[in-house]
Amino acid sequence: MSTPLAEAATPLFEVFVRSKQGLDHKHVGSLHASDARHALTLARDVYTRRQEGVSIWVVPSNAITASDPALKSDNFDPMASKVYRHPTFYDIPDEIGHM
Amino acid sequence: MYTQALDTAINANTTTVTVDSFQKTFLERIARDEKIEPQDAMPEAYRKTLVRQISQHAHSEIVGMLPEGGWITRAPSLKRKEILLAKVQDEGGHGLYLYSAAETLGVTRESLVDALHSGKAKYSSIFNYPTESWADIGIIGWLVDGAAIMNQVPLCRCSYGPYARAMIRICKEESFHQRQGFDIVRSLCEGTPAQKALAQDSVNRWWWPTLMMFGPHDSDSPNTEQATDWGIKRISNDDLRQKFVDVTVPQAKFLGLTLPDTAIAWNAERGHYDFGKIDWDEFWRVVKGDGPCNAERVADRVTAFDDGRWVREADAAHAAKVALRNAQVTATV
Repeated sequence: MSTPLAEAATPLFEVFVRSKQGLDHKHVGSLHASDARHALTLARDVYTRRQEGVSIWVVPSNAITASDPALKSDNFDPMASKVYRHPTFYDIPDEIGHM
Repeated sequence: MYTQALDTAINANTTTVTVDSFQKTFLERIARDEKIEPQDAMPEAYRKTLVRQISQHAHSEIVGMLPEGGWITRAPSLKRKEILLAKVQDEGGHGLYLYSAAETLGVTRESLVDALHSGKAKYSSIFNYPTESWADIGIIGWLVDGAAIMNQVPLCRCSYGPYARAMIRICKEESFHQRQGFDIVRSLCEGTPAQKALAQDSVNRWWWPTLMMFGPHDSDSPNTEQATDWGIKRISNDDLRQKFVDVTVPQAKFLGLTLPDTAIAWNAERGHYDFGKIDWDEFWRVVKGDGPCNAERVADRVTAFDDGRWVREADAAHAAKVALRNAQVTATV
């Protein structure tokens, strides 16, 4: 086992994998690595062992700014009353077909 | 920027064979339906074409906010006002998705916005027509957004990954736009004779400009073939226009509206509706800057940009202040 101090000094990276060409990269997890290049190698070994990807992005975890989970209702609940943003809000007669 | 790899290849081996083989490999990738991503090598002309097309598309989204934005305060009910507000907000979002996609090709947002403001960049000719009545908001949603969807759905399969993904997002949101427009037109058509007349007047004014949105005839669009080879264009202008007419004629009939073209008739032999001749002089006039609202639209964009300068400056000043404060806190710790 390595010492806790050494572990803490290894930066954390978030890993994003594109599962199929043309799709967005999706967050799959994170890992510790000495630098970005090393993180890519490790991410390949950890997250694409069963051909889960065609491309990998790694981003230093401390470069990510996240929304506050405690503000979830403030942030997202107001959209619940804006149902008119969805196409299904509008009745389209059958004769018109797909719109 | 992202085409650097290609430049390197040419420099490393100055024979044209290298270039030809690169072009060949590139076209083969596209023929296999592979997506081209920002870090991939790509022909300079492919990059340029995409920057032009995606930025024109982005400009169209934000200039498109102008003819509709003017009606937000004049919407006939709170419900319609909320819907229109949401729609115009969406258009701003679509502009953002597309500017971001263009930026992956190594151009700056500032240079694209400059090109719009100086009149160098084009945007969809349709937004250079005035919105004279509330019915126009319905007709824009039904016809203009309907035509845009026709044009945009094939772009979801475009060879350039960031553009294709932006288009998927946009198309999902676009369906609401068309349906809310149809809903407005339908309400007017089922309303008083005066309301119905308002809808008819609006169709009369917007029908031809909408057909022009698909661009020149295939025989007059020399870039189509190249754009098709590159997987940027999947369906030709004329085919898309025909598809739009075929879908829209029955809808107009359902609404009891007359399309302002006496040549419209079902052609059983072709399996399509025939329609009349487009006034291409008008199209080119509007594209080249001499439409009813070209000057007004660009002036409004420039004013909006200038009026927003203090917000951008205040934002930057605030960010600098926070950064300084954080640095001081770190220093004391």
